[in-house]
Amino acid sequence: MIAKRNNPLLFAAILAVSIAAPLLFPDYRTQLALLWLMVIFAMTWDIMGGQMGYNSFGNILFFGIGMYACAVLQRDSGLSYFSALALGVVLAGALGIVTAIFFGAGILGLRGHYFAIGSLGLAIAAGEIAGGIDYIGAGSGMTTPLFPGRSEAGGLFFYFFFFVLATITFFTLRKLYEGRFGLAINAIRDDEDKAEAMGIRTTRFKTTAWAVSAFFLGMAGAGAGNLFKFIDPLDVAFAGSTYGVWMILMAILGGKGTLWGPVIGAVIFHITQELFWTYLLGWQRVALGLLIVIIVVFFPQGILGWMRERWPERFGQKIDEATRTSGGAA
Amino acid sequence: MLSNIQILFDAPLLFVDLMVNGLLIGAIFALVAFGMALVWGVMNIINIVQGEFVMLGGFITLVVMNKLGLHPLFGIPISAVVLYGVGWALYHTVIFRVVDKDMFISILATFGLSILIAQLSNQIFGADVRTADAGLPTLLFFNGMVSVSAIKLIAFILALVTGLGLWLFLKKSRLGQAIRATAQNPRAARILGIDTNRVYAATYGINAAICGAVGSLVVMAWAIQPYIGLPYTVRSFMVVIVAGLGNLPGVIVAGLGLGAVENLAGFVFGAEFQIAFVFSLMVVILVWRNFKLKRRREYLK
Repeated sequence: MIAKRNNPLLFAAILAVSIAAPLLFPDYRTQLALLWLMVIFAMTWDIMGGQMGYNSFGNILFFGIGMYACAVLQRDSGLSYFSALALGVVLAGALGIVTAIFFGAGILGLRGHYFAIGSLGLAIAAGEIAGGIDYIGAGSGMTTPLFPGRSEAGGLFFYFFFFVLATITFFTLRKLYEGRFGLAINAIRDDEDKAEAMGIRTTRFKTTAWAVSAFFLGMAGAGAGNLFKFIDPLDVAFAGSTYGVWMILMAILGGKGTLWGPVIGAVIFHITQELFWTYLLGWQRVALGLLIVIIVVFFPQGILGWMRERWPERFGQKIDEATRTSGGAA
Repeated sequence: MLSNIQILFDAPLLFVDLMVNGLLIGAIFALVAFGMALVWGVMNIINIVQGEFVMLGGFITLVVMNKLGLHPLFGIPISAVVLYGVGWALYHTVIFRVVDKDMFISILATFGLSILIAQLSNQIFGADVRTADAGLPTLLFFNGMVSVSAIKLIAFILALVTGLGLWLFLKKSRLGQAIRATAQNPRAARILGIDTNRVYAATYGINAAICGAVGSLVVMAWAIQPYIGLPYTVRSFMVVIVAGLGNLPGVIVAGLGLGAVENLAGFVFGAEFQIAFVFSLMVVILVWRNFKLKRRREYLK
């Protein structure tokens, strides 16, 4: 498939552009860091939604948990900024795995739309509960420690934080999708009962998939808390109606169930969204709602899905009706 | 929290008050869930816009009261009619494209619509919490320990009447029969000459009209703001799941029960945790239901 055709040249070009971008456009560093955050969002959602067919509305849960975990550790540990941050990122990732396993035990047994709505409930409940706990600032939110040194250096630091995290996520997922794990979760997507009958331990794979996505999302949350400098329970940490939906949209827009789709979708979506923010101020959220409907109704296959249908031979697929109809794997 | 439970034991009349008011709001939930069950059963769509229809009904009632100068009770039929139009229009622009797709697509599409409508209302009506004063008295029982405002009682009665009317409509009327036929087997219905597209549009419109009427009751008895929608959607989803799809009397019982439980929980845990309670309860109900289904499947083996 497409992963096999990736030549080193493409990666070198992406690497060069990524390193040059924050130096060439110093004013947009936060935006560029956010772009990588969006890429992480889309990729981690796609493990569940695209590859495994478990359309989660609740992945934002791990993002928020990671964010709060890191911020609380930074506030209470008394360590210096960088050691607290490093420890916080590790803690956030670990906590993501733990919560994924804990909630996964109950909620991953649900199928189809019941899972979608159950996970939505989980994320919204988490946000509402976080808004009622005084220890983490309740509804008024909490601030994260300031970056020591000049703020431009901080912007650059967090740009590379998210760039490196996104790269690690990408290569980890590529490794996972190429192996037995990828085959197993694709089998779960196609027919869970049959996969189970074939001897695949579906529960174990489902939990692992959720834990992987939670691990990276938790670490992303830890960094994001420091990037935003302020954590609000409903609008930042457990922002179900913004980030929570965007990660789904980005994956669908690019083409869910593919490795590159979420990346492409995230880049396009983030740029569109920023344009809305700039030119439609006040109406940007209305425009986003409209965009959701348009993407979902008219492009459920995504960009890569559309390209695959158009030029199947370039994706290493034989052209016959059977693969053409199931090739999109929507 | 424990002290709140203690208060309940010390003042049983407070418990009665909470239960009565909970049952009254439960009738509202039951009615919204009625519409959701209808759309889910007939069109196989989980309609996330449900709560936004309620919210729109409330705002239309406010417009009727403030701009047209009518009594807010007139808002009930007016918002029902307007929302029927909105539902019909939404069906013909968006919903008909997702009606035969897989359910996740329809969930996401209606979720997008719900964000769109909530944000639009925020732009048009503003983000304030608003309420329409119907000028009706509050009835007091047991020396004022149990208070029920008349509008809540009217809302309760209207909810029951609407539920009954809808049930009769589905059983007796021509369109109701067509709706039931389509729900059972859309292909066969089409072969027998039922225009399923029109049936779907009517179903969706009727659902929106019910929600609109509920919205004007909500704005008179409680309050309304642009982002009130999703909790209503979730509540109706829960009610439909607990009742079981296709069990309309069950919807009423489950709706009333949810209202009572939620009101009680709001008092025990504190109002700031009420929404959290609703959403956690939904997750618990889903997992519990799944557990039950799994046991049944294992018996079959």
